[in-house]
Amino acid sequence: MNGPLAVVLVAAGAAIGAPLRYLADRFVQARHDTVFPWGTFTVNLAGSALLGFLAALPADPALMTAAGVGFCGALTTYSTFGYETLRLAQEGARFAAVANVAASVAGGLGAGVCGFALARALTG
Amino acid sequence: MSRPEVERPADVRTPAQRPAPRRVPWPTLGVIALGGASGALARYGLGVAFPHQAGAFPWTTLAVNVSGCLLIGVLMVAITEIWSAPGWVRPLLGVGVLGGYTTFSTYVLEARRLLDGGAARAALAYLVITPVLALAAVWAGSAATRALNRRRRA
Repeated sequence: MNGPLAVVLVAAGAAIGAPLRYLADRFVQARHDTVFPWGTFTVNLAGSALLGFLAALPADPALMTAAGVGFCGALTTYSTFGYETLRLAQEGARFAAVANVAASVAGGLGAGVCGFALARALTG
Repeated sequence: MSRPEVERPADVRTPAQRPAPRRVPWPTLGVIALGGASGALARYGLGVAFPHQAGAFPWTTLAVNVSGCLLIGVLMVAITEIWSAPGWVRPLLGVGVLGGYTTFSTYVLEARRLLDGGAARAALAYLVITPVLALAAVWAGSAATRALNRRRRA
């Protein structure tokens, strides 16, 4: 979907998704004591699951624009994922860096498939 | 998972980014919302300008994620090593704009769509190339910013 309404929907979805990523990251990071970036890992998997769910619903351009492009797009992040992974590698935690990439990609795919299957099961 | 044998990188998050737990940092959330909306609109705009055809390789998202990683490399070196930035700069530009601009969820969905469409090789290439280029871009952005700063000071 295009036009002024799409711009408003993307901005509104992202204005909720981005602060929620910050809060979720802070919540998760405060609850463990490892170098692994669990906060970003968690939001990326959650956003992938939700987008997989949305993709399986009957097509609704407005919902996909607000919740998919805006909310899920801003809830998840590649820049922080890349930055944190490089930091792990440079700090000597090479295994954690590789594990972060492998677990995020595999976990994201798995989460997306689960979201998709859940939506299919609910909508029949 | 077990704890790796390294010191915790204390400056991955600057103190300004970790206010006292439980207090809701409303001004910070507002700044992140503003930045996130701007970044997401930039990504959306590029998607409209360079639309993704069904079944084709998702070049636009790849370019968005890699350019966002280049910029976060530049930003983080600039605000942690060169410039003592005000507290709102990282929430606005790092968490907000670049976090909203780049996306992990679309990357995953596009990879699965390639896979579902029978383009297994393209899906695998996309899954592998994006993180490799993203890490290279963070590294290049930080290295270039450090080098420029050294030349400026010399």
